[in-house]
Amino acid sequence: MNKYMERVYNGLIKENPTFVLMLGMCPTLAVTSSAVNGLGMGLSTMVVLVLSNIFISLLRNIIPDKVRIPAFIVIVASFVTIVQLLLQAYVRSIYDALGVYIPLIVVNCIILGRAEAYASKNSVVLSALDGVGMGLGFTVGLTLIGIFREIIGSGTIFGWNFNETVFNGAYTPVTIFVLAPGAFFVLAMLCALQNKLKMPSATNTKEQSDDTCTFDCAACSMAAGCDSAAQKKGEK
Amino acid sequence: MDNNTAKRLNVSSAPHVRSGLTTRSIMGDVCIALIPASLFGIYNFGYNALLIILTSIVSCVLTEYIYQRCMKLPVTASDMSAVLTGLLLALNLPVTVPLWMPVIGGVFAIIIVKQLFGGLGRNFMNPALAARCFLLISFAGPMTNFAVEKVENLALSGYWRYGMVAVDGVSGATPLAMLKSGENVDLLKMFLGVTGGTIGETSVIAILGGALYLLARKVISIRIPLTYIATFSVIVLIYGMADGKGFDINYLAAHLCGGGLMLGAFFMATDYVTSPITPNGKIVFGILLGILTAVFRLYGGSAEGVSYAIICCNMLVPLIEKFTMPVPFGRGRVHNG
Repeated sequence: MNKYMERVYNGLIKENPTFVLMLGMCPTLAVTSSAVNGLGMGLSTMVVLVLSNIFISLLRNIIPDKVRIPAFIVIVASFVTIVQLLLQAYVRSIYDALGVYIPLIVVNCIILGRAEAYASKNSVVLSALDGVGMGLGFTVGLTLIGIFREIIGSGTIFGWNFNETVFNGAYTPVTIFVLAPGAFFVLAMLCALQNKLKMPSATNTKEQSDDTCTFDCAACSMAAGCDSAAQKKGEK
Repeated sequence: MDNNTAKRLNVSSAPHVRSGLTTRSIMGDVCIALIPASLFGIYNFGYNALLIILTSIVSCVLTEYIYQRCMKLPVTASDMSAVLTGLLLALNLPVTVPLWMPVIGGVFAIIIVKQLFGGLGRNFMNPALAARCFLLISFAGPMTNFAVEKVENLALSGYWRYGMVAVDGVSGATPLAMLKSGENVDLLKMFLGVTGGTIGETSVIAILGGALYLLARKVISIRIPLTYIATFSVIVLIYGMADGKGFDINYLAAHLCGGGLMLGAFFMATDYVTSPITPNGKIVFGILLGILTAVFRLYGGSAEGVSYAIICCNMLVPLIEKFTMPVPFGRGRVHNG
């Protein structure tokens, strides 16, 4: 896998913002009451993420270090405004459903996190692909949660009422799943599933897990932030 | 050393007073204390009530057994705690619910509320009440449908055949809902329990009988129910006076006998796992419960608020315990935290 594809894979699977990094929980829990809302939120965030990553990467040598956060916010906010106006003009239903969470993309920690951790240090193409990967990961996460909540909570998939058309309304939707508690249930279950299936992720690697620590800090990707690594250095 | 010898040579720190109390005996006692209320519910609402109680208990016990087998945990399904959860859940359902609802409630109570947090002793909320609230939010219609067919003549009614019929006197709305909309309620009927409501909550006299048994056996202490009911009464009286009803003892009595207050105060607020263990903590817990229940009932959208009050206070228990930890004898004031 070349380094460009690795960025996309990293965002989509290994460091999936929803199930692994647990970033952007506010929109994740709030707007995923249906699959379409989740998809809309994910795609809007992805567009902003890719564009802001590109521009922050382009300006990374110009932005002074001391005022980088305000500078990032200005860039992100510009793109969010563009996306918001476009949504309002062309997909009014999603604009209405997402409500205040569209302007809140400005302070989405995934976008600021990628700007700070990646785009401000790497080249334009890599940053753009990082944005694509992270954005796709976020979109997939939100859409999955939305699909489960919609199926269980209202008996529909992407608005198609399978409950009426296939089961003649025999299924009683469990309303709590389209309300706030349902978001927590589904998110927790999907995270548990992801951990149980040992999907390749930053938190499922062998080195990081406490009970399988090989104390080979040189080979461990997490050594920098690891307590036992620091202790080991102290012992030496 | 065989197992038996190991038990006899068990060494632990003092005091060495042994008692026959086990999880099983305590849970069993609470189940016994709930029998009058259950029997009355079956008498009042017909054999459908019995079906719901059995379904709920069986689904709770089976869920616990299957989950513990699947997760390779020690199987504790026979310690009566799942039976108690099932029984309490059933007593909190209206008799009109379809039978799959107690099953969903039982699975939710045991897996999500109890086992995922580590099993008995580690659940942060009363599983039965959490399941009831889950069902109430999910299926608001069926869960608040208290309309059972009224039958004037028991002998001719085919009472045992049709199930969802009730003896003379039980009609649609619960006394609390009638109270909220300003109608008159029959206090004697409410005390005896021949009113609408969930299966186990209607009969105050049956619940008090069970509660007396628990108090006599020292399974529960009076602190939580007493402070709960007292605080609730004070607030209801003050509300009544502010509302222009004056010092209305009938209004208070109707509030005390109506809804799940008695069942909640004696059987669910006193759950060992989800109530404070410190004596002063129990009092604080009871007062909080009284305030919340009164606020939910008097100012809330629905007529009943006992279950939400209890699960809200359940979550405050660690905090309450932290601030009411007794000072050990011979020590000065211990600063917590």
